[in-house]
Amino acid sequence: MQVEYISAFNIVLGVLARFWPVWVGLVIVMGASFLYKKKLALYGQLFDSGVGIVGVGICLFWLFTAIFASTVAPFDPLAQVPIMKDALPGAIEPASKLVYYFGGDKLARDVFSRMVYGSQIVLIIAPAATGFALMVGITLGLPAGYYGGKIDTVLSFLANLVLAFPVILLFYLLVTPGIMDTPIPYGLAGIFFLFPIIFFSVLFWTRYKNRPDRLYILLGLTLILGGWIYAGLVFDKDPLKIIHIDPNQLNIFVAVVFASSPGVFRIVRGLVMDIKTRDYVAAAQTRGESPWYIMLWEILPNARGPLIVDACLRIGYTTILLGTLGYFGLGLAPESPDWGTAIKDASRLLRSFIHPALPPTIALMSFVLGLNLLADSLREQSMKD
Amino acid sequence: MLSFILRRLGTMALTMLCLTMIVFFLINLEPNLKKLAISQTEMHTSAEQLEDWLVNHGYRQNFFVRYGQWLGIMPKQPVTDPATGKPAQRFSFCNDPVVPTFSGVLQGDFGCSTKFKTTVASKLFPALGATGILMFWVLAVMVPISLLIGILAGMREGSRTDRTLSVASIASTATPEYVSGVIFTVIFASWLGILNGSAASASQGITFYNFTLPVMTLAIYGIGYIARMTRASMVEVMTQQYIRTARLKGLSFGSVVIKHALRNALIAPFTVIMLQFPWLLTGVVIVEVMFRYQGFGYTLVEAAGNNDIDLLLGCSLVSVFIVLITQLISDVGYAFLNPRIRVQ
Repeated sequence: MQVEYISAFNIVLGVLARFWPVWVGLVIVMGASFLYKKKLALYGQLFDSGVGIVGVGICLFWLFTAIFASTVAPFDPLAQVPIMKDALPGAIEPASKLVYYFGGDKLARDVFSRMVYGSQIVLIIAPAATGFALMVGITLGLPAGYYGGKIDTVLSFLANLVLAFPVILLFYLLVTPGIMDTPIPYGLAGIFFLFPIIFFSVLFWTRYKNRPDRLYILLGLTLILGGWIYAGLVFDKDPLKIIHIDPNQLNIFVAVVFASSPGVFRIVRGLVMDIKTRDYVAAAQTRGESPWYIMLWEILPNARGPLIVDACLRIGYTTILLGTLGYFGLGLAPESPDWGTAIKDASRLLRSFIHPALPPTIALMSFVLGLNLLADSLREQSMKD
Repeated sequence: MLSFILRRLGTMALTMLCLTMIVFFLINLEPNLKKLAISQTEMHTSAEQLEDWLVNHGYRQNFFVRYGQWLGIMPKQPVTDPATGKPAQRFSFCNDPVVPTFSGVLQGDFGCSTKFKTTVASKLFPALGATGILMFWVLAVMVPISLLIGILAGMREGSRTDRTLSVASIASTATPEYVSGVIFTVIFASWLGILNGSAASASQGITFYNFTLPVMTLAIYGIGYIARMTRASMVEVMTQQYIRTARLKGLSFGSVVIKHALRNALIAPFTVIMLQFPWLLTGVVIVEVMFRYQGFGYTLVEAAGNNDIDLLLGCSLVSVFIVLITQLISDVGYAFLNPRIRVQ
């Protein structure tokens, strides 16, 4: 049976058309942000520079692609159509008359659909892992910077210990299939996932200590929601069966949080040491506020600028780390459509076919580029103030 | 200064001790030992025979005893041959001693590679040499280019050159090695055909044809970062009073940049370049695997993939040492270059 092809021009048109929900979403969000940019504070100021607009645009593009993946992608990312093995871009699948826009890979799967579904994996794990790393880094960095002394020495030593590990070695040790049989990933997950609960409990406790009506509601919500997610993620014992994470994904998650939280810790510690010398901190100390109130409600809000910029860069870096994991075949399932795994599979066959390699590489690069541009213009805008 | 360096060296030794112990623990987890036993014995071995192999080769001794043996503060015991009952070599291909001896890292014995059937030292050091050559070329390309980009961009803040070069360096930091490697291979090896997509032949002799792609791939990720740091430092220097004074004296812009700004602007990038080494380590692993270059990264992946305990420990010792020593050099060098910083 002969496979028919569409022309290069039609490929471009077809790809653009497949992304229609993304375009609709982009136009709505970008248009609304542009209209109300005066009221949107730092986010609105992003729209003053070309770099900022491009950065926000690229990030939103991938966000919407991940959300609407099932509409955008014409095929299932794991579906194999034998006739389409190594098909060139633009090949028409005979049965459904749908097009393999970017061709087929060596296992006859649609490269375009895999790229689109790959964005889902990246956009879930990278921001979530960065969020947890931020929680861990902030909760430990605040006391280290504020109290100094022994706490600081011990925590800094531990952070430097992790930072002295070459990332790749850490991953080879922490993300092997064998380690799933040991309690180590679950133990680490148990420790790391505890931090958000501690963080929010202390946050609400210090603020609403004297207003029990608010305090009990907020603390109760934190403990119930946190405990629920905790049970689902660490023990896989979610009573409602909604929150579930594959053991190997949990392993990746833990390894990424482990690798990036010392970096956050160092930044927070440095910021706190700088900010604690300010007058408003001295004023709060004179008022007799508790140390944790000062850390969480006086120092942390004033450290938010550099932290937001760092979070953007860190999501990009985590994306690169996930790609590295995929490239070495660590953790993620071999058939997983994430970009790193796709690059690994395609780069082995570069001599014969190049088309499966390009979409995931360009996707990964553009997403990280978008985040870096976003971080850069955020930094510029926050410096203006 | 001397006491500062001594104190740092002490911390370094403690860090290395802790890290190697963590690595030792993680490599010797039960599933990893099983994997090692399976790969070292013939196929279809029963569970008892696997256990026997582990006991016979000394893998079932106490954790701290084995760590001490590796370190060289406990004597390495020869194994007992089950057939004759006499002490025998643990691994015949490494010339292990048949009498208890202190022979660990402290004595310069890195152990025995089960994957390559030779001593770790004879595998690891040639590989390090090969990576050293790669690193030399990467630095020779990366440092001048990134400093040039950074200085040109930071010279006139906000100009068109600045904006273009800044976006270019942001783009290069968004391109990890496995992405740029694939793109460069597609362009230069598949389409143009002017460069070799594999550096396997580089172990015999380095040529422009087989070595350009790995060097380019490895350099591009670092260039953007160093260039941005140089730019930031240059921008700061250019706003200083002495630059304005020099301009008002009537010196030309070019000579102000070269004679007055450059030297002060290059202090910060020195630290950044030094701290870039740990990042380059990850890049080296990716690039060496991608282009099949038999260096340190390739050895590390082989060791980790086959659970080669001694070799992997050797690799981690080397990489941790590199990370820590570059940190130390960057601190000392910074104090040396910038006399305003006083080390306490």
